[in-house]
Amino acid sequence: MAGTVDATEVIVAASLEEAVEAFGDGDGVTVVAGGTIVMPEIRHGRLRPERALLLGRAGLAGVQRADGRTTIGAATTLADLEDAVEPLGTCARWVADLEIRGQATLGGNLCAPPGEEGPRGDLQAALLALDAQVRSTAAGGERTEPVEDFLASGPQGRLVLDVSFEEPEAAATASVRRPHAHAYTILRVCVARAGGGLRVAVVGAGPVAVRSRAVEQSGDANRVLDDITPHDDALASAWYRSKVLPVLVRRALDDLEAR
Amino acid sequence: MRLTVNGVEHDIASPPLTTLLDVLREELVVTSPKAGCQQGGCGACTVLVDGEPRRACLLPVAAVDGAEIVTAEGLGEPDELSTVQAAFHEHYAAQCGFCTAGFVMATAALAARSDGDVGREEVIEALSGHVCRCTGYVKIVEAATAAVRGDASPARASADTEPQGEDEVTLIPGSPA
Repeated sequence: MAGTVDATEVIVAASLEEAVEAFGDGDGVTVVAGGTIVMPEIRHGRLRPERALLLGRAGLAGVQRADGRTTIGAATTLADLEDAVEPLGTCARWVADLEIRGQATLGGNLCAPPGEEGPRGDLQAALLALDAQVRSTAAGGERTEPVEDFLASGPQGRLVLDVSFEEPEAAATASVRRPHAHAYTILRVCVARAGGGLRVAVVGAGPVAVRSRAVEQSGDANRVLDDITPHDDALASAWYRSKVLPVLVRRALDDLEAR
Repeated sequence: MRLTVNGVEHDIASPPLTTLLDVLREELVVTSPKAGCQQGGCGACTVLVDGEPRRACLLPVAAVDGAEIVTAEGLGEPDELSTVQAAFHEHYAAQCGFCTAGFVMATAALAARSDGDVGREEVIEALSGHVCRCTGYVKIVEAATAAVRGDASPARASADTEPQGEDEVTLIPGSPA
């Protein structure tokens, strides 16, 4: 039964320092936070880690609010984000079921590789709309960067420590209804207004969530297709996504306008 | 590593990345948690970890070292069922039985965190991660609602949860309802 895991060196980090040291440059290390994505891969032999770093006891969980800024530890569970600043709270409530939300983590959602069946990372559009900053570390040192840059360069070699953002003036979100509790997001749009600027982000239309600068600059929902070319996958066709996406953007913008 | 399972302490010999489900079923022979999809999607392996409902198939045992685990075996005895087990029994909420322990544990967790005043929607939300391949959801939701309200008897729960105003529903004309 467990032949695939006999050879794995397992580190249960008891502190942040232990986690950073064990992570090193990330080479050959599989990070297990909530386990909801990597454990099936390991159990079914599709992933055979040389070393596994378990983060559950490293003290990386928790939400702090100070001076209008929210900082969320990477190992914070999605259950603990259900009441978070919008649109993050809504995105968290829409993930799977309460048992999965009690295990899955913010850091895992940010680092989730695209699944075979469809995109993952249901929270990414909310973090883009909130202009979140990602603090991560590795052997080369700590780094804080916009979530957009983190998603573009990918999580390889980075151990996420926390994510932080200012509360926006207003925010809204619109989504395709999920067909059942365990479906990943087919398509979701998150929008936020802060400092006179508009931020528009889409998850479900590519391997990771992306912003639509054309909509941000013009306010025209139809121009979302200037930035985003939807794809086919097991959840929806490119044709369907390209028809629905401008509608969701318009709904989110209308909702934002009303706030 | 050590686990307390249904009140009994065990030393665990399995490798640390073994799933809690494999440890329970194969090392400790506690078999009410079922190996269904083994990727978190069916709910059949749900157990309580320090009181919280969790998917045993998604947890490496090293992540729960020292934890207190409760499975359906730990809720009651065959001649002294827990309220949740009695409700599932009274309401005929099991068909093949493969998903039952998972539903029972999710219901036990809901009962523990609720004040007993639950509506049908809240029960459905709490059970939404669980799949019944026999599709016996109506009975399951009735049983769970009764259990969380603290009453295992079928009469009171069904009066509250079944659609009102229809005495008899005939799905196919001429068939027994």
